[in-house]
Amino acid sequence: MSNDEREPAKAGAGAPEHDPLGLPDPLLQTTRRWLPSLVWLVPVIAALVGLSLVAHEILQRGPVITITFNTAEGIEPGKTKVKYKDVNIGDVKSVSLSRDLSHVQVKVELTKEAERFAVADTRFWVVRPRVALSGVSGLNTLLSGTYLGADAGKSSDSQTDFVGLETPPAVTGDQKGHQYRLHSDTMGSIDIGSPIYFRRIQVGQVVSASLDDDGNGVTLGAFINAPYDRFVGVNSRFWHASGVDLKVDSSGIKLNTQSLATVLLGGIAFQTPLGETAGAPAPDNTSFPLADDESEAMKVPDGAPIPVVFNFDQSLRGLTVGAELDFRGIEIGQVQSIGLDYDKASHAFKMPVTVLLYPNRFGATFAAHMHQASPAEHAALLNSLIKRGMRAQLRTGNFLTGQLYIALDYFPHAAPVKIDPNKVPLELPTVPNTLDQLQTQVADIAKKLDAIPFDQIGNNLNLTLKNANALFKQLDTQVAPEAKDTLDAAKQTFNAAQQTLQQGSPLQTNVQQALQQLNQTLQSLNALAEYLERHPESLLRGNQGDQQ
Amino acid sequence: MKHRSALSAGLLSCEVCGQLCRLPRAHAQAHRGRPVPPLRCVRCGAALHARRPDSIARTWALLIAAMILYIPANLLPILHTSSILGSEDDTIMSGIVYFWTSGEWHLACIVFIASILVPMLKLVVLSLLAWTTQHRSRWRPYERTRLFRLIERIGRWSMLDVFVITLTVALVHFQSIATITAGPGALAFASVVVLTMLASMSFDPRLIWDHTEPTGPRHE
Repeated sequence: MSNDEREPAKAGAGAPEHDPLGLPDPLLQTTRRWLPSLVWLVPVIAALVGLSLVAHEILQRGPVITITFNTAEGIEPGKTKVKYKDVNIGDVKSVSLSRDLSHVQVKVELTKEAERFAVADTRFWVVRPRVALSGVSGLNTLLSGTYLGADAGKSSDSQTDFVGLETPPAVTGDQKGHQYRLHSDTMGSIDIGSPIYFRRIQVGQVVSASLDDDGNGVTLGAFINAPYDRFVGVNSRFWHASGVDLKVDSSGIKLNTQSLATVLLGGIAFQTPLGETAGAPAPDNTSFPLADDESEAMKVPDGAPIPVVFNFDQSLRGLTVGAELDFRGIEIGQVQSIGLDYDKASHAFKMPVTVLLYPNRFGATFAAHMHQASPAEHAALLNSLIKRGMRAQLRTGNFLTGQLYIALDYFPHAAPVKIDPNKVPLELPTVPNTLDQLQTQVADIAKKLDAIPFDQIGNNLNLTLKNANALFKQLDTQVAPEAKDTLDAAKQTFNAAQQTLQQGSPLQTNVQQALQQLNQTLQSLNALAEYLERHPESLLRGNQGDQQ
Repeated sequence: MKHRSALSAGLLSCEVCGQLCRLPRAHAQAHRGRPVPPLRCVRCGAALHARRPDSIARTWALLIAAMILYIPANLLPILHTSSILGSEDDTIMSGIVYFWTSGEWHLACIVFIASILVPMLKLVVLSLLAWTTQHRSRWRPYERTRLFRLIERIGRWSMLDVFVITLTVALVHFQSIATITAGPGALAFASVVVLTMLASMSFDPRLIWDHTEPTGPRHE
């Protein structure tokens, strides 16, 4: 107020006349008011605040992505969150059906810091309570509601359309380790999430399974956690560890299983064959064959098989697909198919048996040779083998069941044959089964046996036996009584002898007395001898002692 | 002429002590563009105005500020609930939708009226009043005055939301089990309510009638 100059306002010339009430003039304030302009600061501040809020919101806003799921079960727009490591990275904005009604499209707005999730290999899935044999997961969603799980991708290509996983991935991108591909004929009891064991320690799990494009096998993705992944080398062997391995051999029965869980759930084990090193660490996505069991896995790899055809001219009863091709006890292949064929030229039926032969099983040297050799050398090798008598033969593997197998062996006396080494598939000569040969020989023997006059032999034999019977009768009636008499006489003689020799018989008493007298005589002689020894002079002078 | 205002009679009344003064001619013709010094009451020294100074401009300024803040108030979450069941952000509209879908339609109506309808009504009505007055409209002064009275009366009810938020934030505070905090939207919403109330306070309803008087001082 001190700054304000106060003076009565001049009401102008005509003012007093217009003032019938004699009212005073108001005071004039000379300093200019600057405050009204200040009011415009309010909208400016409001605009700034509003803009900052909006800007903050926009800056916080990340990219909007669309995830496709089969079902929107549990997903609520505006409520369902997207979480990574339990940190909120986005919200579901809307859920809509796809145009062809086959799936649902979930629109998700990511937060600013989750921008890097909008890249090509990011995976999304719905976290729901799940109960599986391998465990229970997602129980917390019972209370908090379903949420979307995310696994950060490493790609640098941004992407806004994703296909959501129906099941949570077994391995997320932040897990350290290596992934490998295993090829197998069947899935067996393995499923995604099945454990992988190394020396019975769980070191990883199956993360994916897909049928090969040609449908001839399955490819499994195996994830081995760090630090165990260093045990996987290029030489590692993988096998189905599911189930129970019962072995009966000369040492008895051996039951081999992995953990009980594996028996129930299935699993995979791997190891390096004994005496080998694991080799260089296998890079990501290295392919390994998946063997059916441990012993098969530990075998030297077979390599590619060669189909070979054998034409047998005998019954194939007992030969089944899968039967062994055996070379001196070692399995070198197996029967792939058994057929029947008609040969127009000879008007005869043939029985071609196709066998898959693994050349590698003949040994590393042979395999290496086969690899390097030219087709001409192959033919020469084959011809020389055939010349030396190499033939195939059907043999009985089991006499109880009559199972047959094919044996490849040398038959030096086999008839020479010519083969076409360039024919595909290769056709190798055969020889008849030894059992069949034996059968023919037995038949021959039977024929010869037939020729023998068994009737005559029987009659003669009967006659002979009759004669023998008469002889025995004679012996019985004539020889036996005489023999009895002789025995009686002998008995009497023995009795007489016994009486003579019995104790107290006159003979024995006499002998005893004679012996006693002899004894006395000997004693006297003994005394005499002693005396003479002491007094040898007595022989000349007589007994001196008696004289004294 | 049945109605006559103090201004048209060339008089000024002190709003503090009620002292009547004569309106200086220069001030009566202030609208002609010449700057005039402010007046003070001869008795108590309070500032004297025939009408609230810069009424329309201030109203507009506060209105615009309120309009700007009305956008974040409705878009930003006003309530952040975090409990063991998860955390959630709620805007005013999502709360209304929640009440409506969960069957509490009367609550939804109350919140909708108090939080969305009333502030919007105030903004619209005040804009209408400010615009018509600025353009010296003679259109239905009586109804416009009634509208002004209406928004004066209902204006404070918008604070209901702010009070509810303050109460819940203070009451629900169980640390790990459940915590509710006010979001940025609550601040914006409270600002909107306060600004609209200030705007309606700075609007001078007497201006509505000034232009209806054919012989008003500003038309001399």
